Amino acid sequence: MHIIDRRRDASGKSLGNRQRFIRRARALVRHAVREASKDRKITDTGRGGEVTVPADGVREPSLRRSAKGGIREYLLPGNKNYIEGDSIERPPSGGGAGGASADGGGEDEFRFVLSDDEFIDLFLEDLELPDLAKRQVMGEEKTQPRRAGYRSSGPPSQLSVPRTMRNSLSRRIALRRPKPDEIAALEDRIRELEDAGADEDEILSLRAELERQGLRARAIPFIDPVDVRYRRYESVPKPVAQAVMFCLMDVSGSMDEHLKDLAKRFYTLLYLFLSRRYRYVEVVFIRHTHEAKEVDEDTFFNSRETGGTVVSTALEEMISVLADRFPANAWNIYAAQASDGDNLPIDNERTVALLKNVILPLCQYYAYIEVGREPEERRRGGEPPSTLWRAYELIQSPQIPMAMRKVRDRRDIYPVFRELFERKINSASTGAR
Amino acid sequence: MKIKPAKNKLLFEGADWDFDTLARIYDGVAEIGLGELGLDIYRPRIEVITTEQMLDAYASTGMPLFYRHWSFGKQFVRNETLYRKGWQGLAYEIVINSNPCVVYLLEENTATMQALVLAHAAFGHNHFFKNNYVFKQWTDADGILDYLAFAKNYITECEDRYGVSEVERVLDAAHALQNQGIHRYPGKRTIDLRSEEKRERERREHGERLFNDLWRTVPEQGKKTKKRSERDRRRALLGLPEENILYFLEKTSPRLKPWQREVIRIVRHIAQYFYPQRQTKMMNEGCATYTHYEIMQRLVDRGQITEGAYFEFLHSHTNVVTQPNFDDRRYYGLNPYALGFAMMKDVERICVNPQAEDRQWFPDIAGNGDPMGTLKDIWANYRDESFVSQFLSPHVIRKLGLFLVVDDYKEKDLSVDAIHNERGYTRVRRALARHYDVARHDPDIQIVDVDLEGDRRLELRHHVVDGVTLDEDDAERVLQHLANLWGYEVYLIETAGEGEPATKHHAEPVHPFV
Repeated sequence: MHIIDRRRDASGKSLGNRQRFIRRARALVRHAVREASKDRKITDTGRGGEVTVPADGVREPSLRRSAKGGIREYLLPGNKNYIEGDSIERPPSGGGAGGASADGGGEDEFRFVLSDDEFIDLFLEDLELPDLAKRQVMGEEKTQPRRAGYRSSGPPSQLSVPRTMRNSLSRRIALRRPKPDEIAALEDRIRELEDAGADEDEILSLRAELERQGLRARAIPFIDPVDVRYRRYESVPKPVAQAVMFCLMDVSGSMDEHLKDLAKRFYTLLYLFLSRRYRYVEVVFIRHTHEAKEVDEDTFFNSRETGGTVVSTALEEMISVLADRFPANAWNIYAAQASDGDNLPIDNERTVALLKNVILPLCQYYAYIEVGREPEERRRGGEPPSTLWRAYELIQSPQIPMAMRKVRDRRDIYPVFRELFERKINSASTGAR
Repeated sequence: MKIKPAKNKLLFEGADWDFDTLARIYDGVAEIGLGELGLDIYRPRIEVITTEQMLDAYASTGMPLFYRHWSFGKQFVRNETLYRKGWQGLAYEIVINSNPCVVYLLEENTATMQALVLAHAAFGHNHFFKNNYVFKQWTDADGILDYLAFAKNYITECEDRYGVSEVERVLDAAHALQNQGIHRYPGKRTIDLRSEEKRERERREHGERLFNDLWRTVPEQGKKTKKRSERDRRRALLGLPEENILYFLEKTSPRLKPWQREVIRIVRHIAQYFYPQRQTKMMNEGCATYTHYEIMQRLVDRGQITEGAYFEFLHSHTNVVTQPNFDDRRYYGLNPYALGFAMMKDVERICVNPQAEDRQWFPDIAGNGDPMGTLKDIWANYRDESFVSQFLSPHVIRKLGLFLVVDDYKEKDLSVDAIHNERGYTRVRRALARHYDVARHDPDIQIVDVDLEGDRRLELRHHVVDGVTLDEDDAERVLQHLANLWGYEVYLIETAGEGEPATKHHAEPVHPFV
């Protein structure tokens, strides 16, 4: 009997069907994903997971007998006490004493698990960083070799002589291989003694010594295969187009936990979006109080600071980072700022000037998110626009690649995010560098 | 003290197996299955698959290849979710009614389980597929894999040519009607010319033999009985009433394109192929379970498997044939494995060791001493419904404590109609047979009329039994699909008969196939 081993065959035969299903239920699934991501922790957003869609949308109807009404018979096993003619109280759910439809007539929700990629794909669907489209970051990947240390095998052309010699030298020293001039000195000495007609014994012992040294020099090679080193290269993806995203956030005392949380969510979403959708995007995190500092991602989201609020410091820090590492002719520059709108009033002028004269001309796009408090807290009288909002409003115009939005609740984040980065926006900004 | 079986006789030891072990197990099982039990099987094609592949196979109703449709994807994600969450285990095997008979074995099975599963599927189910009359009559085991390959290619081609969504629409509509796409009775064969002439000749000779001039003098009946109404003539021409809706659409629908008819035909053929499995679910599992039990017992008797393996087998076998009582939390209807196995074992008992009661109930088989022959006859010639109505013995009814509860929506309470006693046996048996009558569970819906020369309105009738009407929401949806396929108005009237109250459903094509 020949038994076929199918285990090596490609699995995923159902992939086509699965994709068809998700496409079919796309609108429903997208909605479900949006709902699901609202209640998730930030760090979980990038993972796949279970979603629930109303079964009605993916129903497969058939002509079947209704589960209600009529005369029905049920044949049940395990009778203990019933005798013919007994009556049993009707179970509350309608249906019979156990014969309720097994074909799932009553189900109203359909639950299933999306993979990470499917989840994030739907999550980010039709979102796009403005202007990056023209560089087609998602296009073909090129790699270029980059030096990455040494290795012990490789093509002769990559032989690293200095490194090989260094290894050889240390080995020779460690094994006390006689140096050529030591041997030469020994030979000279013998010749000298012979010429002087000195004591035979001494000459003999020196000859023996010479012999031994010569043997040692032959036994310990000058270059051993273990010494040889070659240059190692790694191929790294060569950015076709690169973008840098600046995340600026006010972490001063006026930003309470709720507001920080809102801002955090916005950035998480943003970061997630960038790191998933665009491969070659650098992200710079700058937090500020009355002074600004570039930090890593973890610190950005998790550490606490106290102090006043001077927005211009963050902008200055951003400008210095730009000048340092991201020349405007090589990078597409995007920035997103989150704040509660507080700023030292005298700083407004400087902030606006920096933004208008230095940053906006460099940026492809600048987004300002103003996080606000829950409605109950801010009910007292008309809620005047914040200092920063008023200042920023002055420079708003369709020609300027800048958008501003207010966010009150974490439910608002997703729609705002969407709106900010909707594809159509890019008509406002100017051409590629 | 028991003598330990000689080592070289063992088929395997421990849980691990490799392909040599598997081949040895197969040979051991085959020796008993073919030699001792005399089973008649299609040549098996045994394939070892992974859990991933098992999930894939689930989605396409177990078939190795199938056309693509989102509903299979839905099935797949449902199973995957259930499996990953640990709410549902996977089957140990899948077996396909084809020639050669494809048997998938899960790679995670232990050696004992592989032996059990081979006996169960490659011999039990396989024998049933090859010999049972409903499978013989309605399925083509030789051709099914080729047909599925054709169907898959055909639908892929259609998708390339007409677009995925267009094809999907036809499939959606056809799937909605697939339970109404089954021929339940073998139709009339069209007779070839030679036998037609022969029949005509015989008829004439018969007429001449019986010729009596006196008949001419008998006054003729009124003409009206002879003349058929326009409606009757029309219906006869179209072969109405017709319960196979998909067949009718494929042949008669005025607006469908040839490729759409072919797609409908594919869905119809596949539904027809699976129909016998619904009709024989309990017997099929009973046959396979009985076979594996028998084979494993004999392997133990021959000393070909260890006692440890035997206990593992018993554990798994008992799990399979457990029937929780109706008041048990695990109760989920009658377990076809449990009932099937119990009935097969019972037939064996009646053949070998009958009681007075059995002699009275089963005079034909009681004490005939040939259980295997009797069972093979049963496996060949019955389906669930007829098997129960012929062979459910009082013994099994008592053993399972079967009782019949009637739920009349007009009454306040349910009533116990029959229990496992002398007065109840027959009624319980009849009710259980009805329970397994698939044709009774599918609503009886027929196309009764259409005027192709007039407004082309399609009229359907659902013959309501026991006052159970169609699920209204679903019926509306299916009718919409039907109207789209037909291209004109569609009516469905639900009634228990003339003069009984009737419900009417109606749909007009909103997005017809053109």
